[in-house]
Amino acid sequence: MKSVTNRIFKDRLLKTGIIVLSGLSCVPLLLILGEMLLKGWKQLSWSFLTQSTPTSLEAMLAVNSGERIPGGIANGIVGTLIMVLIATAIAVPIGLLCGIYLSEHRKTRFATTVRFLTELLQGTPSIIIGIIAYLWMVVPMKTHSALAGAIALSIMMLPLIVRSTEETLYLLPASLKEAALALGSSYRSMVIKVLLPALGASMIQWDPTRPSSAVSLLIWQFYNDPNLNSMIWSASLFLLLFVLLLNITAKQISKKWRI
Amino acid sequence: MENITLSFKDVSVAYNADKLAVIHISADIQKNSITSIMGPSGCGKSTLLRAVNRMHELYPNIQITGSIELNGRDILSMNPIEVRRLAGMVFQCPNPFPTMSIYDNVLSGYALNGIKIQRSERDQIVETCLHNVGLWDEVKDNLNKRGSFLSGGQQQRLCIARALALRPDILLMDEPTSALDPIATSRIEDLLVELKKEVTIVIVTHNMGQAARISDYSMFMYLGELIEYDKTEKMFTNPSDKRTEAYLVGKFG
Ligand SMILES: Nc1ncnc2c1ncn2[C@@H]1O[C@H](COP(=O)(O)OP(=O)(O)OP(=O)(O)O)[C@@H](O)[C@H]1O
Ligand SMILES: [Mg+2]
Repeated sequence: MKSVTNRIFKDRLLKTGIIVLSGLSCVPLLLILGEMLLKGWKQLSWSFLTQSTPTSLEAMLAVNSGERIPGGIANGIVGTLIMVLIATAIAVPIGLLCGIYLSEHRKTRFATTVRFLTELLQGTPSIIIGIIAYLWMVVPMKTHSALAGAIALSIMMLPLIVRSTEETLYLLPASLKEAALALGSSYRSMVIKVLLPALGASMIQWDPTRPSSAVSLLIWQFYNDPNLNSMIWSASLFLLLFVLLLNITAKQISKKWRI
Repeated sequence: MENITLSFKDVSVAYNADKLAVIHISADIQKNSITSIMGPSGCGKSTLLRAVNRMHELYPNIQITGSIELNGRDILSMNPIEVRRLAGMVFQCPNPFPTMSIYDNVLSGYALNGIKIQRSERDQIVETCLHNVGLWDEVKDNLNKRGSFLSGGQQQRLCIARALALRPDILLMDEPTSALDPIATSRIEDLLVELKKEVTIVIVTHNMGQAARISDYSMFMYLGELIEYDKTEKMFTNPSDKRTEAYLVGKFG
């Protein structure tokens, strides 16, 4: 009997340890959140989402007279949306096809090479991809553009899509494929009508945090302009809330559709 | 010849060059009958069954020799898609399409083959097929729910309905009840006896009681060979091969 109480005690100890430690890991997040809420709350309003960034002068005047800084980050939000749309339009079809190919021909030399290269791309720091896009797009075209950003973004998305397509397809039971083919389905309609929907259902929890870059860019701009400094917090707060919302939505959808 | 739906002619299947999984099997399957295939694990039952609807072609390196005739036509001379439509298959684990509703699952054979049908005809097919597998009353109010919410036995009946919807000539079943409880199993057995009026059934089973209850003919396979093939009654009461007898009294398997 003694050993049982002993084990229960150890068990409790471990549980308490786990709870304390996981509580600790939340502390930085809560601190950051608190700071953002305190400093950014004032600025957050409907017009913050619908108006574009104020000039440095406008901001300075408002700060001096103790008012709320006018304007918001609408240009950043619209920029983000455009970029994400273009990037998705480029990366999703290529990534899907590539992922399907890799999962169907796992062992050929070509597939191994492609897989290795996508892994490499996934490991490439985003700053490098950004610089490349800058050199290839922005410099020759002599202007910053959503397109350049979108291409950089799509290059970052590509390996993610390829890998998750391949992994998810590979994990789908072979019986699903066989069931479709045993009904006389062609390979193509099996992929389109059975594999892709199943893939969509299990891949929706795909990481939505990356595509917030245009807003991030604005934050950088706010940081570099002392008059706009106080908008950093509200923009960050917005970004955080937005990512939170995306995550929750994705979780809800994938819960509803999970296989 | 008219009474024969399926005919194996000296069929051998090899997964790798040095060993045959199915060895020179010849047999004729009677139309509108239930034929059960029995034998110890690994004797080649699934391999033989999957040769019929050309599932082996999906994997490289599998070698098949001999010929198989479906309604007198060599399956190799037909389009594999046509073969698979004529020879429906039900797998060991119920595998309804998880993203499709019950309704769409029943019609999935049509959707996957790109066959367009009228709305009214679709409703008709769904109702008839679900009736045939005894599922209609249980699911008629939930046709738009996804098939994966059903119980295992219901899912398996849905899979049978899905196979029947294409009006196959023959239904190939690989241990269709091994994942089910006795009640679900006996419902499916009743269903099969009912169905054989319309379709020829070949069923792989480990359950000798099941084979005895529902099948008209039985095959006994051992190490890739067809040892005995006879009327079920005859095989169970008076097997002609010692190995069959040993299997039936539970000496191996
Ligand atoms: N994909 C495969 N690759 C290589 N060998 C295989 C493969 N599938 C089956 N075999 C071999 O072929 C033989 C027959 O297998 P099969 O699956 O047809 O047996 P079975 O009679 O259906 O057995 P069970 O009752 O366990 O389902 C076995 O020796 C098995 O090891
Ligand atoms: Mg088997």
